[in-house]
Amino acid sequence: MSNDTGEFVRRDRAWHPPAFTPQYKTSVLRSPGKALVSLRQSVGERAGPVFGHGDLDPLDNDLIRNYITTGEEAMGERIIVHGRVVDEMGRPVRGSLVEVWQANAGGRYRHRHDRYMAPLDPNFGGCGRCVTDDDGRYFFRTIKPGPYPWMNHNSDWRPSHIHFSLFGNAFAQRLVTQMYFEGDPLIARCPIIGTIPDKAAVDMLVAKLDMGEMVPFDSLVYRFDLVLRGRRSTFFENRPEGN
Amino acid sequence: MPVDYLKETPSQTGGPYVHIGCLPSFAGLNLRTQDKPHILAGGGVPGERIRIEGVVWDGSGHPLRDVMLELWQADSTGAYNAPGFRGWGRVGADAETGLWAFETVRPGATPWIDGRPQAPHCSLLLFARGINIHLHTRIYFDDRADANAADPALLSIELVHRRQTLIATRQAEGQGGPDVPTFRFDVHLQGARETVFFDC
Ligand SMILES: [Fe+2]
Repeated sequence: MSNDTGEFVRRDRAWHPPAFTPQYKTSVLRSPGKALVSLRQSVGERAGPVFGHGDLDPLDNDLIRNYITTGEEAMGERIIVHGRVVDEMGRPVRGSLVEVWQANAGGRYRHRHDRYMAPLDPNFGGCGRCVTDDDGRYFFRTIKPGPYPWMNHNSDWRPSHIHFSLFGNAFAQRLVTQMYFEGDPLIARCPIIGTIPDKAAVDMLVAKLDMGEMVPFDSLVYRFDLVLRGRRSTFFENRPEGN
Repeated sequence: MPVDYLKETPSQTGGPYVHIGCLPSFAGLNLRTQDKPHILAGGGVPGERIRIEGVVWDGSGHPLRDVMLELWQADSTGAYNAPGFRGWGRVGADAETGLWAFETVRPGATPWIDGRPQAPHCSLLLFARGINIHLHTRIYFDDRADANAADPALLSIELVHRRQTLIATRQAEGQGGPDVPTFRFDVHLQGARETVFFDC
């Protein structure tokens, strides 16, 4: 590993969705109108909160079983999602908290504000988390979430997706995103995915069916790798002078 | 020629149900009901106890009632990741009023890249429906005016009047009671009072 206090490579803002994306209507009033102010990374941006296995409950990465209330496992297509978290230089990101949340198999969220007609599953909460291992790997088990309609251009439809939240090892690596499923025809029609300018960037969010890892007579497996920002090398230290 | 790095995974909005994964009991799940991530500092943590509260306002002047915020800060001596103090917290805005609040200790000064002190501050991230990539700002304290006036990050904001958008104001009498100073920090996503957001 290179030093763990170095500055991170600049974020490529043209690769991420811009703040103002009128096709996703809610962004119109929630997008800053002024340019972001460039900030050099000091100690607070180069470090980040540390989470460990001590923060986790044993079933946190098993969404099929972590919300059982009637004795049955969650309803739906059983899947395992796994992958590797690396930085922009390809180095594993170890010890990163990975949080996930999703709708149930019918496309309904267990949230006090979700009023979609699809029923709740009494045995599915839709909340999970895990921590990446020394090789940057993570995995969790769940059911494939259903697509759901939402108010945008009347009824737009979200493709099946799982929300991801990652911390990396530094504040500057923080990332929240969404994972989609290979082959879903709703991906091309989704206004939220459409906020991402580059098709190659969208492809990074599409998990691939991983038949080699399939668990016979139990679960399909999807592979989803993520890339967080990487630290640049410090060939010469910053000299102590003005900003 | 640019050297090829891997591209960062692109961001997507946390959406309206961000609480399920990040604050499950707030979303209504019977899960992690004992967690209180908006309290960064329990009783044993040394330092001056403070409360920071505010509302995030959209471009039409309505409160964001579904926003989730994360706070990240040094301990009272200016150390990040100090033993016994993670320095990280998370809160969901009130679903009716949009008000949110953190209970923590006042952070100490931390070094800038050239060793000069930075004024005590907390970093704040915003996640919400309609926010495609999280917004990053900082909270400074108005009763540390001398330190703020010399803070390298604040000074790097060219438009002087915009620096004020990062300064929380101490309330005469806050919910924390007389012993716990309450600071108000409203975030404006757009308009004349738009808060400074950073790219770092
Ligand atoms: Fe969603």
